[in-house]
Amino acid sequence: MTEIFGIPIQAFAGQLLIGLQNGCFYAILSLGLAIIFGMLNIINFAHGALFMTGAFAAWYCTTSLGLSYWAALAVVPVVVGLFGILIERLLLQWLYKLDHLYGLLLTFGLALVIEGLFQHKFGSSGQSMSSPEALQGAVNLGFMFLPIYRGWVVGASIVLCIITWFMIERTRLGSYLRAGTENPRLVQSFGINVPLMITLTYGYGIALAAFAGVLAAPIIQVSPHMGANIIIVVFAVVVIGGMGSIMGSILTGLGLGLVEGLTKVFYPEASSTIVFVVMAIVLLIRPAGLFGKEK
Amino acid sequence: MSSQTMPTEYLRVNGLHAFYGESHILHGVDFTVRRGELVTLLGRNGSGRTTTLKSILGLVGKRTGSIQLNGQEVIGMSTHRIARLGVGYCPEERGIFSSLSCEENLMLPPIVKSGGMSIEEIYDMFPNLKERRNSQGTRLSGGEQQMLAMGRILRTGAQLLLLDEITEGLAPVIVQAMGRAVRKLAERGFTIVLVEQNFRFAAPLADRHFVMEHGRIAEVIAKSELAANMNKLHDYLGV
Repeated sequence: MTEIFGIPIQAFAGQLLIGLQNGCFYAILSLGLAIIFGMLNIINFAHGALFMTGAFAAWYCTTSLGLSYWAALAVVPVVVGLFGILIERLLLQWLYKLDHLYGLLLTFGLALVIEGLFQHKFGSSGQSMSSPEALQGAVNLGFMFLPIYRGWVVGASIVLCIITWFMIERTRLGSYLRAGTENPRLVQSFGINVPLMITLTYGYGIALAAFAGVLAAPIIQVSPHMGANIIIVVFAVVVIGGMGSIMGSILTGLGLGLVEGLTKVFYPEASSTIVFVVMAIVLLIRPAGLFGKEK
Repeated sequence: MSSQTMPTEYLRVNGLHAFYGESHILHGVDFTVRRGELVTLLGRNGSGRTTTLKSILGLVGKRTGSIQLNGQEVIGMSTHRIARLGVGYCPEERGIFSSLSCEENLMLPPIVKSGGMSIEEIYDMFPNLKERRNSQGTRLSGGEQQMLAMGRILRTGAQLLLLDEITEGLAPVIVQAMGRAVRKLAERGFTIVLVEQNFRFAAPLADRHFVMEHGRIAEVIAKSELAANMNKLHDYLGV
């Protein structure tokens, strides 16, 4: 039992783990996009740039400010989330009554500006950041060596996704959010401060992206383009999963990460296009996405 | 203001104009509703009844004039702040949320004041809701959805209920149940503004009827004057 379909089991499991880890980033980012789209009706193209901002902030905190990785993990999502709130209050709030296209264009422009600023300041070659000492090394699971940091990324991401799912689907605050997604005016007529809820939702979605950025910083090269690279795949994930289902975003993200990982094992040439092939097939069979509701 | 001079009027609408974009819907609506009173807004489709209800909560595009709730001017307030003063709104389209269960729908509106009905009292009034409490909100029948839309604003402590077309499209037996419920609510001291198409439903319930035409109150008819004014009412309503 050292090979599976002619592939050494070590390599197979290793690629699956990398796939799962990328899937975690897809899941957190598409989750944020889904709740932002639900509440704000805005397709947040700046999501990748804010993911990148989170990674850069983590790199800066640990290399220049002398903060620990754990402090960065706590501080960066809050700070970047507050930056998101600023964006919502200054810019996005004027667009809610307009067509989706305006929000998409504005956030796309915003992404270009943010990426341009980082490129101007830090150049386009990547920065590297080491993982915290406690998470360095690997453990032997018998069938594979598990790098501890990758295991931590997968575990922390899944816990975060479950917490977010629970908050939205099982709590009172979440019921405001779900109802607000359907009919914000009516929810407001019950005495709930919907404009505030919208602002906080955007802030939370951005904080999620920044959290993913911090997790990614030690394993993906921290460069101004890291967000643009990942966000295209994440949008495909959102299309495949369908808007509107929290669990759908999570499962689709993880699933597509695994599919990508498997493709790297069996047909590496297709690994960067497989997500889009899946997207095309899903669109043909279920235009609203795997978990989406037909309107 | 001491308790002796507390106004008995709870809602005073003065010179209310309302607009949706370019269209001017209300042209100076004036009326007052006393505390604990049940009034109806009658009129043909398009006469401005629903818009009047929505204007009270600030749910229209733009409005001018004056709306006082318990002596407090609310025309410039945002919707959620008006609701927090104790206004419960049951919209014509019912507005049941499909992503929430029946009970989640019922529990959705936050408590804004003390003295609301308990969940048991609401289930006593609408037993169907108890049976269906775990069903998805929009899987309920039309009548159950109407009960849910009304039931959920009774918990919050809101004292002014704005009820829009609560009998529309319902079977006669459900209409009767809604009538009993509205009567109970009036007895409990709720102040109620009822927009109603079904005059036979509204006539025995209401203390006063406001007849609307072209975005204004055209006529006020007290319950005692109803019999004498039936012909006039028929002309207004075209029934």
